[in-house]
Amino acid sequence: MRGRALLRLVVVLSVFALVAAACGDDDATTTTGAAATTTTAAAGEDLVFGMILVGPQNDHGWSQAHYEAGQYLEQQLGATMIVLDRVNPADRPETPVEQVIDDMVAQGAQLVFATSDDMKDGALLGAERNPEVPMIWSSGDNAWVDGKDYRADLANLGNVMGRMEYGKMIAGCAAALTTETGKIGYLGPLINDETRRLANSVFLGARYCWENYLGNDPADLEFSVNWIGFWFNIPGVTLDPTVVANDFFDSGVDVIISGIDTTEGLVVAGQRAAGGETVWAVPYDFEGACEEAPEVCLGVPYFNWGPRYLEVAQSVIDGTFTADFQWLGPDWDDINNPETSSVGWLNGDGLGADAATDLETFIAGLADGSINLYVGPLNYQDGSVFLADGEVATDFQIWYTEQLLEGMIGASSAG
Amino acid sequence: MTHRRPVLHFRAGSRLIAVALALGFTSLLVAVAGASPIETFRLLWDGSLGTGDKFANTVMTWVPLVLASAGLVITFSAGLWNIGVEGQIVMGAIAASWVAREVDLGTAGIITLAILAGLAGGLLWGLLAGALRVYGRVNEIFGGLGLDFVATGLVVYLVIGPWKRAGIASTSGTDPFPREAWLPTIGNKLAPIAVILAVLAVVGVYALMRGTYFGLRLKAVGANATSAFIIGIRTHRYLLAAMAIGGALAGVAGTVQVIGFQHKLVPAISGGYGFLGILVVLLAAYRAAFIAPIAFFFVMISVGSSQLSLRLGLDSSIGGVIQGTLVLVAVLVGGWQAQRARHGAVAVED
Repeated sequence: MRGRALLRLVVVLSVFALVAAACGDDDATTTTGAAATTTTAAAGEDLVFGMILVGPQNDHGWSQAHYEAGQYLEQQLGATMIVLDRVNPADRPETPVEQVIDDMVAQGAQLVFATSDDMKDGALLGAERNPEVPMIWSSGDNAWVDGKDYRADLANLGNVMGRMEYGKMIAGCAAALTTETGKIGYLGPLINDETRRLANSVFLGARYCWENYLGNDPADLEFSVNWIGFWFNIPGVTLDPTVVANDFFDSGVDVIISGIDTTEGLVVAGQRAAGGETVWAVPYDFEGACEEAPEVCLGVPYFNWGPRYLEVAQSVIDGTFTADFQWLGPDWDDINNPETSSVGWLNGDGLGADAATDLETFIAGLADGSINLYVGPLNYQDGSVFLADGEVATDFQIWYTEQLLEGMIGASSAG
Repeated sequence: MTHRRPVLHFRAGSRLIAVALALGFTSLLVAVAGASPIETFRLLWDGSLGTGDKFANTVMTWVPLVLASAGLVITFSAGLWNIGVEGQIVMGAIAASWVAREVDLGTAGIITLAILAGLAGGLLWGLLAGALRVYGRVNEIFGGLGLDFVATGLVVYLVIGPWKRAGIASTSGTDPFPREAWLPTIGNKLAPIAVILAVLAVVGVYALMRGTYFGLRLKAVGANATSAFIIGIRTHRYLLAAMAIGGALAGVAGTVQVIGFQHKLVPAISGGYGFLGILVVLLAAYRAAFIAPIAFFFVMISVGSSQLSLRLGLDSSIGGVIQGTLVLVAVLVGGWQAQRARHGAVAVED
């Protein structure tokens, strides 16, 4: 009887398989037909590009900023985006990044964006396997000729990153101008070159405004960093950002600045404010991030990937793509210009009028170059010299920041 | 005996009904989400078997699921709810990673050692849960679950601590292993050694359960430990042996995950295949012969479901919904059939 039971199962599965296969053939033909009809359209409309996101496409943070840049390309060029979100080993253990790249290429993608630091291994491998397909690994450095990890052999994999140091300095300034307890908490993701340089930038902006606009002693500003261990919460693996945010507020911090991909810091601040506490937060990454709790939001430093991604897509259409390293700053004429500025800052409802005035002055100073916070003397956390007196940091020094700065509380690396 | 025939007949029928109901329910969900059910199933098929690379990916995902499931057949047969299988996979992965990172003996040497180390890691972790059950009277569900947390804690500690990437503290994963420690592949993905391990596991467990006194006694222990003890079976030994074998196979699954699939250690290295394996074994009614096709079907759904996002814009968690529904419906229909069969049996005896 067991044999018969097995036989039945096999029959059921086979019938299912046959039905699926039969349907598959039909549909494949239709798709081919549709593709053939579009060959007469403009070149941009023929462009199919892949967008690989590390988190959910609606995370109100890092991944959504990329997703909307992809939509921008669709609007501007009439191109078609193939998107896969939540590509990380926790959410999709059976789908490594290189497999997604192969899939997208097989599906006709002529350009692929791998949009997370976490995709390094997969992006390098995927580029190696598909040398004829232009790709971008955002936030990476493999195409930086003077960088530490230059890969001359990968002529098809370029990098794009925004100079978020400016956005973070502005965020730090807004926090320092607002805090009543003099305690600012930075909700950090994992620890690497990128996150250290961004945390440092927040600190530099906060200290500058605390000292210069409020006339306070820098020693009275307490700036602590807590790392959760990844770009977003993975239950059981990372620290829970909601818990970390609550711990910050319990310890007297009244402004949390987020460095993670998602908005827990702002959400917790909104909840605590609803309970009568005087607290604020600064989210990160995405233009619309303040929406989750606008009344406590001081503003948001955000990435605008659209303009550069559009240039890349155009170069692929024109056949002029080169794999280069682009580290792009704000358009200082209008940092919120959606067509020209790679990094922006939007004030939130929680920012007071006086603070907003000072912040405007600060931004103007960054814009005209009269304020440069990466000038020595600056020491690392262990007291070693980062920048000697009067020394202006090079891009290399900023990108590959080795430690947090002196005066910051928190880990520079894992113990 | 005659009255048992209909029972088995119904069982086979219940699978048919379960599959039909689950597919019907899923079709309804997909239709509500605004997509065509036929297109959805076509994409699941195409996305898992459509090209050589996808087929290879599906097979490489199938291997750890089959290994974990094969081990679970043994523990389930012994009446043990081995929820600790996830932790056993992780411990196997950790042990194999250690070999891949630290040992330099050429590909053959590294791989042999890594498989043995992974096997030992899983075996010890399974044995620990078994010992807690047998000697500490800690139910294997709680012991196993506790050990799962310990294993996850250990892997996170290693990834963010001693085995971290230079200058980085991230739970993302270790550096990729040197290429000598990767399982050799045909094409980009397919590692024949992994497939051989999976086939050996299924055949081995089938033979063990069907053709040996060990298997027979194990089933006796699982059916009624007290009676088994009274007729002279040393139940403790059998429980420990079952946990050891189950753990060893799970450990090999972890090994394949690290040296055959991810090529590095990541916190989510188990891939959830331990828990998915429990569903596979439930659907297989604890029988080794069914594991391979059912696991393959499950893996097709898991791997293919990323196509649902890619091409239809559907949330790819629909794959998990299909798997869960299938098991739920199978268990419900099975229970209903069993109840009917009991009434039928009573009627026959009357």
